[in-house]
Amino acid sequence: MSALSQKHMLGLEFTPKSDIERVLETAFSFREVLDRPVKKVPTLQGKTLVNLFFEPSTRTRLSFELAEKRLSADTLNFSASASSLSKGETLRDTIQNIEAMKIDLAIIRHNTPGAAYQLSQYVDAVVINAGDGTHEHPTQALLDMMSIKEEFGHIDGLKIAIIGDIAHSRVALSNIYGLRTMGAEVTVCGPPTFIPPFIEELGVNVSYHLDEILPEMDVINVLRIQKERMQTALIPSLREYRALYGITRERLSGLDKELTIMHPGPLNRGVEIDSDVADSEHSIILHQVLNGVAVRMSLLYLLLGGQEAKGGANA
Amino acid sequence: MLNTKQLTGKLLLKDGQVYLPNSSKIEKRDLLLENGILKGMEKSIEVSDGMEVMDCSDRIISPGFTDIHVHFREPGQENKETLKSGTEAAVAGGFTTVCCMPNTEPPIDTQESVRFIRQRQEELLAEIYPVAAATKGRKGKELTEYGEIAAAGAVGFSDDGAPIATGQVMRKALEYAKIVDKPVIQHAEDLSLKADGLMHESKVSTALGLPGAPAISETTMVYRDIQIAEYVGARLHIQHVSTAGAVELIRAAKERGVKVTAEVTPHHLMLTDEAVRTFDTSTKVNPPLRSRKDVDALRKGVADGTIDAIATDHAPHAIEEKEQTFDLAPPGMIGLESALGVVVKALVDSKITDLQTVLERLVVSPRQVMQLPLDFYTLDNSANLTILNPEEEWVFRREHVHSRSANSPFYGSQLEGRVKAVIHRSQLITSE
Repeated sequence: MSALSQKHMLGLEFTPKSDIERVLETAFSFREVLDRPVKKVPTLQGKTLVNLFFEPSTRTRLSFELAEKRLSADTLNFSASASSLSKGETLRDTIQNIEAMKIDLAIIRHNTPGAAYQLSQYVDAVVINAGDGTHEHPTQALLDMMSIKEEFGHIDGLKIAIIGDIAHSRVALSNIYGLRTMGAEVTVCGPPTFIPPFIEELGVNVSYHLDEILPEMDVINVLRIQKERMQTALIPSLREYRALYGITRERLSGLDKELTIMHPGPLNRGVEIDSDVADSEHSIILHQVLNGVAVRMSLLYLLLGGQEAKGGANA
Repeated sequence: MLNTKQLTGKLLLKDGQVYLPNSSKIEKRDLLLENGILKGMEKSIEVSDGMEVMDCSDRIISPGFTDIHVHFREPGQENKETLKSGTEAAVAGGFTTVCCMPNTEPPIDTQESVRFIRQRQEELLAEIYPVAAATKGRKGKELTEYGEIAAAGAVGFSDDGAPIATGQVMRKALEYAKIVDKPVIQHAEDLSLKADGLMHESKVSTALGLPGAPAISETTMVYRDIQIAEYVGARLHIQHVSTAGAVELIRAAKERGVKVTAEVTPHHLMLTDEAVRTFDTSTKVNPPLRSRKDVDALRKGVADGTIDAIATDHAPHAIEEKEQTFDLAPPGMIGLESALGVVVKALVDSKITDLQTVLERLVVSPRQVMQLPLDFYTLDNSANLTILNPEEEWVFRREHVHSRSANSPFYGSQLEGRVKAVIHRSQLITSE
């Protein structure tokens, strides 16, 4: 029985504020575990988890694996290229094979929106979405929120911009949903070819002009630009992209306040963000990585029945 | 299971409300059949000895429905559907005539392949007319042999499943089809604007992270094709219209006398893009389920006659194909068995239009589009009737399906209006 209002974590669009608060609160208590000399608790001993990665991922997979190990769960790793599915094996076949092994919880990364939701329809196990195409990546958004909360002590009332390729990002939607639920004002900024149509109907501000919005912001979350987007004629050149949307020291130095800078990684240094900005004291990029482990521990714990937010660390 | 009963002797369909296409009225009539042949249709026919009587007092009797857009997958993909299973699904849904699309494997693009379909007539429960490919191999380049193919029995030409993409080929197709006075039937979609779209481009597609196909990918093609058809003076039929913009273009074209006709599917009259939120791959259709505004415009288009025909675009797919992720699943849903219930609910129950108009779009205008005989209730001919209860509320379930495939998002939906029986080729066919 989940300690949250939902059995699975498929996305943040319909996740209530109370669940997000509970995950974050529990994650802060797990952060303490990560600072101990022995960084392991027996919380999920006897539980079997499977990491289903249908597309390559380094950071998210390592972060989940570490979270699972810190909680003493038994884990299986399953990797398959999405192309093997197009050769006749259906998603359901794969899932049923996995479930026949009596798994308690499955973490799925897939390149197609809805894959995690579909999985949850087929299996009894708890499902966590570790990124389904350009749909949601809820654990990334939760770790982003944890990092913002760590920095400011609160999320509500903050003005937060998500900058870059919103349309092809797996991070943007979950951030929008989660941050808005927690009371932040969200602006998306990038060239129009990177902004999905109708996104303002999700309750965000839209800007194509970075320099106009930066003075208003408290936090900027900078997304990675995939170089292949140039070939699909979405942007004319990386050079112009950097000129219009790159987060440079020069651009930030004209502001009369310091912004908190986030990036889900991996970074294209010199394209969407310059090295001296990414490595500056206002960047919380490495906090995000550490918080990612804590948030995933929190979520695994709560979805598999952990009750007490504070007790998580000592369970 | 379908029950078929050979009609012998005299059968009196008593006290039914009969849809009369010529006056577009529904009036009480008694119909007398002898060995399945229509022998009488009067306001009242006396029951006499040896006459079997079917009480139709809570029934509507209509000429058999015609569906001008089905995919029966034979030849080539008989695991999904055959001509036999497809026509069984058709009569279960009240359709005694269907026009099958040419995107089979190989495609229906020669007179021989048209004859292959036509020669199967006698063994099938429904009348079947093939639509032949507009271009060889449906590749959009060279025209098929319209003269010979039409002579073999094709009722129109279409590359359905894909549009005739280039304006030049569309022009040639429309010009050449004038030889046989058959419609060029267009799956109107600009593929470059559709790009990798998997659903309607909207707030929902953005929220789901699914690439969208904008409404303009349909409207720009409809606009182009109407312009060409008007220029060359040929007959153009637009398949599965899904957008408010296309309805407007067709309405304006008809007003200025362009020979354009159009069809809409039951699912585009009922569902919006919100249905895709479940990621149920049976909601993946082409064209995609659109917005509420589009659905309202389509309903209005049916009511005012801008849209001529209701056609199911019955598109069977194997379970294993649909049990994939949304990007890999092929587009399409089955629709024959649920059609009446969906359409009555979408149009009559919601007071958009009346039952007569719905029946007109299922019976008369589809046949006009394809220039099929308008031989309704002809005495001394084999009776061709669909008997229905327009007010029956029922829940559509998997066991109601006679198709070899089962890809429908309507399972569990409460529908209104149900086909009770079909009389065709001297057989009484029921599915209950």
